Amino acid sequence: MIIKSKGFYEEFERKAGRKRTTHYCAGCGHGIIQKLIAEAMADLGIQDDTVFVSPVGCAAFCYYYLDCGNVAGPHGRAAAVASGLVRAIPDKIVIAYQGDGDLGAIGFNNAFQAANRGDGFAHFFVNNALYAMTGGQLAPTSLPGQKTTTSPYGRDVVKTGEPLKVCEIFNQLDRPVYIERVSVADTKRIMKARKAIRKALQIQKEGKGYAFVEILSPCPTNMRADSVKAAQFVTDEMEKTFPLGCLRDRSDEEAPCCMDIAPRSVDDIVSADYEGDEITDMPDIKERKYKFSGFGGQGILSLGLVLADAASELGRHVSWFPSYGPEQRGGSASCSVVVSGLEIGSPAIDHPDVLVAMNQPSLERFLPTMQSGSVLIYESSVPLEIQVPEGVTVYPFPAADIASDNGVAKAANTALLGCMVELGLLDMPDEDVAAALARSFAAKPKLVDSNKKVFEAARAYARERLV
Amino acid sequence: MNAASSGLPRPVIIIEECKGCGRCVAACPKEVLRISTTVNGMGYRVAEYVGEGCVGCAFCFYNCPEPFAIEVHKEDDRS
Repeated sequence: MIIKSKGFYEEFERKAGRKRTTHYCAGCGHGIIQKLIAEAMADLGIQDDTVFVSPVGCAAFCYYYLDCGNVAGPHGRAAAVASGLVRAIPDKIVIAYQGDGDLGAIGFNNAFQAANRGDGFAHFFVNNALYAMTGGQLAPTSLPGQKTTTSPYGRDVVKTGEPLKVCEIFNQLDRPVYIERVSVADTKRIMKARKAIRKALQIQKEGKGYAFVEILSPCPTNMRADSVKAAQFVTDEMEKTFPLGCLRDRSDEEAPCCMDIAPRSVDDIVSADYEGDEITDMPDIKERKYKFSGFGGQGILSLGLVLADAASELGRHVSWFPSYGPEQRGGSASCSVVVSGLEIGSPAIDHPDVLVAMNQPSLERFLPTMQSGSVLIYESSVPLEIQVPEGVTVYPFPAADIASDNGVAKAANTALLGCMVELGLLDMPDEDVAAALARSFAAKPKLVDSNKKVFEAARAYARERLV
Repeated sequence: MNAASSGLPRPVIIIEECKGCGRCVAACPKEVLRISTTVNGMGYRVAEYVGEGCVGCAFCFYNCPEPFAIEVHKEDDRS
């Protein structure tokens, strides 16, 4: 019997230089760890079903060596790439391999969220308490008092924080199946690491979920020691902060099932009879551009939607393009609606054919953009103090009063819709507009009749006073 | 009689793959490995077997960071 490596390529064809030698420094823990992973993959017979995600850092070239599927992740993103892979190829085994700079610093949130979701991959975290590839700088995992190139007098934990204990943090999460911290400092510890790595991969083979193994690893180069003394540092110093042991093992339990949430069809969500509309061009329907503007909460966007819905039901080309601030209420809101018999070039409107302005800022902003032949309707309780461009027809309209007088103070938008119908600005049969208005209250049937009342009162006012 | 022909367990060090880190020497419970004076093509003084005393535990193999620098051959590979 010959005891030798398994799971590696026979020749490292992708690597420049020596084809049977790694790029790692003499005595580096990465080589030991990868030997254990490769052996476990071979022994479990999963090489052809495994995708290994390499990190950024010294181990960036794992894909030179490991004879399985390989992907290289961007800096810190190996866990995010693995999370994507488990969704894209759910029947395959995914391994993510990261150092402590990669996982503990830039990529911590990706790793943490993957652990929190319990994404089904084996996550190997190589901790050597420093940034190795970049020259031995302080890492989140550096020990209290540890001298690194960026903490030459020793890590001051008051200034730079305490070492990040990733296993202990992940152990607060519900979804991980297995969490263990091991070391490759000596034979006894390597054998425990071997067992932990095999267990993490066995969990993947059985599809049981997320397995996290932190491996304390010597970096002789940046620990400024020979390989034996560096390994001794891992045992004597690192283990004080990072005690070895299994924090969690639920591998004997059943894999969690998805929650019993009944799927809904698209028809349920959109509307029962929506089939996607065939649009026939109607060249005799002229393009009209409507701008509705006011404070958020005044129903500006809804008003635009009712018009868009009515036009859409008539088979016309429609665009509805909202614009609003981050506030739910009180900020400025506007929407641009374009209705046309032909295809619409842009949903944005520079010069509206119809402007409906419900407050002063709306007038200030949009009235100067209006061109001759266009129509302005504005809430008449707002003083019109801005120069009206030549050729613009102006209709002051007491939308708020009409709404209040008819019992629905919030329905100023409905009143404005009625006004637009009566002024002949919508190019569509009255009943189609009324039907769209009723549809907009489908979820609140009690409001249909009261809004209809406001709508009719507004039409009566416009007919008598404006037309 | 040398180790290879005796059928006794023995480490086989591939000189050109060894980086002379000394992990195997430190790990060997029988203290039968040492750093030699032989310098390989990479410039490392490589590990060597003293020639007897190996029990085939493979601690050297698992401590070695290189995939192909050391193998442990045991008696049932006699052919």
